[in-house]
Parts: sequence; structure tokens; C-alpha cells
Amino acid sequence: MPANGAPTKITQGYRTKGGIGESTLRPDGTLKVTGEFAYSSDMWHEDMLWGQILRSTVAHAEIVSIDTSEALALPGVYAVMTYDDLPTEVKNYGLEIQDTPVLAHGKVRHHGEPVAIVAADHPETARRAAAKIKVDYRELPVVTDEKSALAPDAILVHEGRDDHHSGHVPHPNIVHRQPIVRGNADEAARRADVIVRGEYTFGMQDQAFLGPESGLAVPEEDGGVHLYIATQWLHSDLRQIAPVLGLPEEKVRMTLAGVGGAFGGREDLSMQIHACLLALRTGKPVKIVYNRFESFFGHVHRHPAKLYYEHGATKDGKLTHMKCRIVLDGGAYASASPAVVGNASSLSVGPYVVDDVDIEAIALYTNNPPCGAMRGFGAVQACFAYEAQMDKLAKKLGMDPVEFRQLNAMEQGTIMPTGQPVDSPAPVAELLRRVKAMPLPPERQWESSEGADVRQLPGGLSNTTHGEGVVRGVGYAVGIKNVGFSEGFDDYSTAKVRMEVVGGEPVATVHTAMAEVGQGGVTVHAQIARTELGVTQVTIHPADTQVGSAGSTSASRQTYVTGGAVKNACELVREKVLEIGRRKFGSYHPAWATAELLLEGGKVVTDGGEVLADLADVLEGEAVEVEEEWRHRPTEAFDLRTGQGNGHVQYSFAAHRAVVEVDTELGLVKVIELACAQDVGKALNPLSVIGQIQGGTTQGLGVAVMEEIIVDPKTAKVRNPSFTDYLIPTILDTPTIPVDVLELADEHAPYGLRGIGEAPTLSSTPAVLAAIRNATGLELNRTPVRPEHLTGTA
Amino acid sequence: MRVNFTVNGRPQEADDVWEGESLLYVLRERLGLPGSKNACEQGECGSCTVRLDGVPVCSCLVAAGQAEGRDVVTVEGLADFAKQRAEGGCATGACGGTSLDEAKGWQAKGTDSQTGEGTGLSPVQQAFIDAGAVQCGFCTPGLLVASDELLERNPNPTDADIREALSGNLCRCTGYEKIMDAVRLAAARQSEGV
Repeated sequence: MPANGAPTKITQGYRTKGGIGESTLRPDGTLKVTGEFAYSSDMWHEDMLWGQILRSTVAHAEIVSIDTSEALALPGVYAVMTYDDLPTEVKNYGLEIQDTPVLAHGKVRHHGEPVAIVAADHPETARRAAAKIKVDYRELPVVTDEKSALAPDAILVHEGRDDHHSGHVPHPNIVHRQPIVRGNADEAARRADVIVRGEYTFGMQDQAFLGPESGLAVPEEDGGVHLYIATQWLHSDLRQIAPVLGLPEEKVRMTLAGVGGAFGGREDLSMQIHACLLALRTGKPVKIVYNRFESFFGHVHRHPAKLYYEHGATKDGKLTHMKCRIVLDGGAYASASPAVVGNASSLSVGPYVVDDVDIEAIALYTNNPPCGAMRGFGAVQACFAYEAQMDKLAKKLGMDPVEFRQLNAMEQGTIMPTGQPVDSPAPVAELLRRVKAMPLPPERQWESSEGADVRQLPGGLSNTTHGEGVVRGVGYAVGIKNVGFSEGFDDYSTAKVRMEVVGGEPVATVHTAMAEVGQGGVTVHAQIARTELGVTQVTIHPADTQVGSAGSTSASRQTYVTGGAVKNACELVREKVLEIGRRKFGSYHPAWATAELLLEGGKVVTDGGEVLADLADVLEGEAVEVEEEWRHRPTEAFDLRTGQGNGHVQYSFAAHRAVVEVDTELGLVKVIELACAQDVGKALNPLSVIGQIQGGTTQGLGVAVMEEIIVDPKTAKVRNPSFTDYLIPTILDTPTIPVDVLELADEHAPYGLRGIGEAPTLSSTPAVLAAIRNATGLELNRTPVRPEHLTGTA
Repeated sequence: MRVNFTVNGRPQEADDVWEGESLLYVLRERLGLPGSKNACEQGECGSCTVRLDGVPVCSCLVAAGQAEGRDVVTVEGLADFAKQRAEGGCATGACGGTSLDEAKGWQAKGTDSQTGEGTGLSPVQQAFIDAGAVQCGFCTPGLLVASDELLERNPNPTDADIREALSGNLCRCTGYEKIMDAVRLAAARQSEGV
């Protein structure tokens, strides 16, 4: 792995095996390959009941009546609950705006909204009971797009809004609006020799994590409940669950069960409150497991968007100005829409220098499925559009698309449209150079001595071509993503670290509430503890609410923030260990008082490498424990009128080159290679870093050529809630993904690291689209691209 | 109804099985073998892949009654299955399996955080760990069963062979590159007799 630029300063721990920078293996790997790792859907308890949710069959309707009598009469049914059975005055929840009913009250606002819940002794009994609940709906007209949402006589999705955004939005069907104005775009446009405009459409993508929403709620003797759950943020769940149950937070205990992926889809609650309600009502443990069909209704999706862009450039290729308007469909409930608007708006210019901008981003309330967090969070939609614009500009100017981007690439010191300076490395031009410099895959790889290997052609084993009509294209894209929670959010994390002697060996225990969703945070925490404390043995305590919040496993933030918290707690533990050492052994060697001391390889050593004591001797009869919150530098809210403010913590950059082959007759696309170059600041675990980049890249590929939730524009009903009809990339759809990792330290971040999880999801999609445009010569202003868009039959 | 079949070499009897229950449900909820996963329950994702009389199947699409009298190998028995195959014995199944009690509430202990040495993994299981092919791990059991079956019938697969054999197994985390690496690694180790 090449390491350019400023080296990351690491003084502590370089002699301890398994520390940061090594590709240590997952601590949960063995359990995961033997089938023993207990995911949330694997939970089981004696006398356990199964919960089932009844969901609305229509998108927008008044509920005239609900009759549960037949369901209750079914043998094996223990409880049926509706809105009327909710125990307290708190009947809604939500990440930022508490607008989501636990169970529908008088009205449903989207297809699949929870209306009633059932507990029974067998999942099929629960399903049948739910089917026997009679709900009488009086259907209402649906709000489905900007036109129907903002018409003068538009139906209001939420009447009588009084949330903290309702005062500043121009229409009650707009969740949040964030303009950014800097310089004077109209005036700058006069300097432009070329102007390009585009209208882009981004389809609704699903996180499609494989482990379905699930968990087990166990009632406890003190009247509380213990929830074993797959989530991205235990404490955020807790804050939303406890008030609805009417319990103090200490009576709602939460333990992280195994999480089968998340990608943003577990930021919001799903079955958490429902399982707890049923457990408390029946006095029995209740397990709820969605099937895939229900999962498509049970979590928010990536916002579909319409994006209107105008860019200008001088004839020598310098961007003059940018105007854009981004309309995100938030669906029926707010979820993370306000923050997604902030991201879409503040990152809408991309990783380019443009001084004169006029930007507006809004999220709508509609009767479509609720949309919220997904990997890339608002930056993905914008990247798709601004990268298409870059190619259009380059083409109009007769310039090479990569050179044109490099000419306008931001760098350290560039001022963002928000007025925030980029104060750490921003190697945008270099990432493009690297990805372009990689060798191209050979042409016509499908050819073999025995004829065409159709598996390597568009259409694959469908055997639709042996190479005739197949055209190759190459495309490039680069993107910018923020890391961490932005806009003034108190984005802290907590870590508890304990050090003691067990069986004659020094052992560290790291306890956080961080949700391990597959990203490898548990691996990294052990590495940090080894580096900072000089021990080999590190125990990762299960994540639960017995320790302070770790914040969300979102926004590429966990290695930065909870990693930072673990590092900080380890440093405090180290100081205490050295205090004990000085007390016990200080009189034996003057270096205890005079030298800089490190913990390395199970020993206390001087910075000169002299061993002063074994950690086992220092810690004999003593245990050291620290629990401490840690914060990155604060951010500010964006001004609601001008969008100015130091809103982001850190930026993350990736570039892609896509090579595609397109069967132009059938409109089938085969992505041949998707190369990525990314700056990661410091790769704490190179193997995991590459895994994140390849995984993110593939999700971007998915939304380029196949993934889209289709919502009927007339009824607002979801038409493809299954893996049969909503396609995600298989191993046959996914190309080789060569990765070039750059490590330019960010001096503000622990070890110089940069959050990495999301950036590769941004540029992957526009790179594939650019390659398809390059192959076909078509304009292609929407994603995903389907065969009909390539054959002119749409 | 009552269903009798062999799982990982051990005769099993499941009582009070409702006729609509899948083999996957019976394995997970009645026999305490939750290793086979439930990502889609409609035969699209492959996370529930098991061997049924040696043939890889989506256990979510097999009615439990169809397993009557047959041999099933799940991820829990894969290590023993591979071991016995390597030793030339017991081709149909293996002994073992894990109770859910043991599986609950995992906690990484000091030294098991490295390679899982000493746990007696099959070559593909070890290769998945070593190559970084496991992230969230939900697709892993199905991919392991499918990969093991591929290497059983084709010890030296080409990349195209691997992609074809694993095309019924969805993974959402890895982008499949490390899974390709893992199968290549397992094949290489197998052919070197490591």
C-alpha cells in the first residue's frame, strides 16, 4: 500500500503485534464461519412468542374502523394491539422529528404503515391472526411528487406541523429546505464561454442488508424489558423506545444482537417498540423477524431525487459558476430527511472549486415510502448529477474528462460553498491520476479457444450474444463525502477500557455501545488497545446500554469517533498504569521519573527501548478502568438563508474508473472492471479498508444498472418488494475492483485517519453511467439505467 | 407432523411440525441450528443453502416434510463434513452442530481474535476468515456451503467457474472480491495439501 505525503505519527505501540496498521483478522470471524454467531433473528427463549405486524394495504387513507375480534379469537393468539392500546401519551417516534406513529392513528400515510400488532405461539398463527384483523380504509388522494406536494391546494401529508423546521419552510409539505448562496452566480455566468444544463433523476435505492429486521424482547421482573436487537445506534433507539413504553430509560436494557448489515437502514426504529409492547402486554418474551417482503416496507430507503444543474466554464476549462436545485422525496415521515438535505446542499458542488454558486435542496413530504439514511447520505444523488455535468462540459469544450476535472479539482485550502475551508489533504486530482493510470483490462476477454465464454458477456448465461453488438466504454468520476455528524450535532462517543492481569497475562477489555454491523469496528478497537496499551490479549465486550453512547454506526464515523474514544480511554488507562508503576517500582530506576514511558509488548519501556517492568507485575493485584466520552472538534449549523457555516468535521474522497461492455441491441450492460482510488488518511486495518471500498463500490454499481424500488405514481404503492423483483448485484454482475489506497494524514483526526465507508459509494455510480454513455453515445440522465433506456424503447 | 432426518450425521426428530414449515424453519427454530440464514425466505439469496443428500439447496424452499429420511449438512457441520471427506469417510454427513445456548451472546476472548486456530475449521471456512471475505457474515454460511460443494466437484475452478457456482448467493457487504480471493485461496491450499 503506497503511503504518500505526511506520515502519520505513531509513537506508541509500534512494537506490539496486532496493533493499528496491520490486517488483523476479525474477532468474530470464527463464529461467523461456523454458524455460531448469534444474529438478532437467531435469538430464542423458552416460552417465546412470535410477533407480527399488520401493515396498511393502501398509501393514504383514513382508518374508519379496526376490528380485531376474529384475530383475538384465534387459538394460539396472546395479544392484538392497536393505537388504542398504547400505554402512554407518547405515541410517535422519530430520529429528529417525532412524526412517525408507533401504530397508525386514524390515518395511514404510506403503503405498508404499521396498523396493528399480534403475538402468537407460532409465526404462522401470528400471520393468520394479523390477516383476520379487519381494517376499513377510506382512501384519500396521494401526494407523490413535487407538483402534487407543492400545488396551491395540495393535500397536506402532515396537518398542523409544529416541528423546528415548519417555521422556515415555504410549504408544509417541505420537510426542510437548505439554500446556499456564495458569490454571485448570475454575474459569474457572464464570464462563461459554455453553459450546460441538465435535469437528472435518481431512483429509490434500498439498503438491502441481508439480515432482516429482528429482535427479541424479554420482559423483566422489575417491570422493564430487555431488548436484543440489530441496530446502528443503541442509545438512539433507547431514547425513542422508553417514552412510548412509559418506562424510565434504565428499565429498558438493550444489548446488541448480531447485525446482518445496515447501510443506514437501521438508523430508524423498525420492530423495536412493537416487540417491547407485546412482551410487556403478554409477560412473555416476544421475537419479531421480518421476511424480505416486509423488510422492504420496514425501513426507510435512499431518497429518490430530481436534480436540476447549470454549470458554466471558460473556454480554457475553468468552472465559472454552478446553480442547482435538488428535490429529494422524503416520503411520508421525516426520518433523516433534514440532515440528508444539509448534505445534498453542502456537497452539491462536488470536489471542485466554484466560487459563485446558487444552491437549493429540499426534501418533500409525500405518500411515497419514507426515505432516510443510506450509505452516502445525500451526497450520492448530487455526485451522480454533478459528474454527468462535468462530462458534458468537457465534451462541449473538447477536453479530456479527467483533465477537465483535474483542472477544477479542489485541494487543501479550497473554500467550500458553505464558506468552510478544507483544512486537510484533498487529493482529488491525484486520485483521478491514479485511477486513470491503472492498466485497462484487456479487450474481448470472453474470447477463448472454445468460442465465446458467455459468462463474461452482457446477458451472461442467458446466452444472448457471442460478442456481436457489444461495445466497450470507459468512464470516470470522483466524489466528496463528509465524515461524522454535521451541522452542530454533539457527535460524541464513549469508551470504557479496563486493564488487569488474568492468568498471569495483562489483558485489556474494551467496552463500547458501538454497533458492529459488519464494518469491522470490533477488529479496530482491539488493534487500538494493543497499540496504546502494549498488550496482545484484548477482549471486546458485547455492545449494550450499560456503557455510554457510542453514537451511530453511520456517516463513516465509527473508526474516527468511537475509535477516537477507545484511543482516548486507553491513553487515560496508560497514565494510571504508569502511576501504579511509579508507585511500585519508581525507586528501582530513575527512568520512571525522567523518561517518556511507553507500553510495548507487555512491558513498560522507555522511549529509548529500555525495559522497566512487566505489565503483569505492575498490574498485579490492581485493575485500572476508565470510562470517558470523546468528541471531535465541533461543527456549526448552516445558516438557513445563506447556507454559510463550518458544518462538517472532515471530508472523504474517492475516484472511480468504470469499464463496461454494452450489448447495444438488447440494452444489456456488463461492468468489466470498476477501479477505485481513495484517500483513507491512515489505514488502521488495510484488509478491512479494501473490503469497505469494494463493498461500497458495488452498492454504487447496483444503483447504476439495476437497483430501484418502483413506486406506482398513481397509487404510491410499492411494486417490487422482493429480491425477485428488486435486484442487487450478484457475483456475476460484479467485476473485479482493483483498489489503490492513498494515506494522507488528517492532523485533526486520531492517527490521521479518514472515515472511509461511504465515499466509494458516491463515484461508483456516475463512473458506470459515464462508461455507458461513452459506449453508446446516449445522454442517460437517470439512474439506474435499464435496457429500455439503451435501446430507445423506454 | 413428525419429521425424521439426519443433520450433520446425527439423526434428528422434529415433532409438532406444521406442514407449511420449511426445512430452514425446522433447522433454525426446532433443532437449534440457526447457522443457516433467513435473508429472503424466497430462494433468491442463498443464505440458507444446505446440502440435501449432497445437493446444495435453498432450505427455505424445501418443505420440512420433504427432508424425511434424508441427509442434511449445514454450516454447523461443514468442518466435520470436510474433514471426513478428506479422510475418505462418511460422505453424507458429519457429527456435531452447536446449541443456540452456546451461540448466544458471543464475546471475543483474548486470543481467539486472530485466526481461529484450534477450532477445526474446514479449508473454505479458514480461507473466508483469512481473505477478509466475512464482514457482517449473514451471507457467509450459505456461501461456505456452496463454495465447499464447488471445490468438491471442481478442485481447481477458474474465476468464471467460481462466479457461476456462487451466483445464487447474494452478499451486500464485500463486493465479492474477497469472496473470490477466499475460494481461490481454499483451492490453492487444497491442491498444495495444506
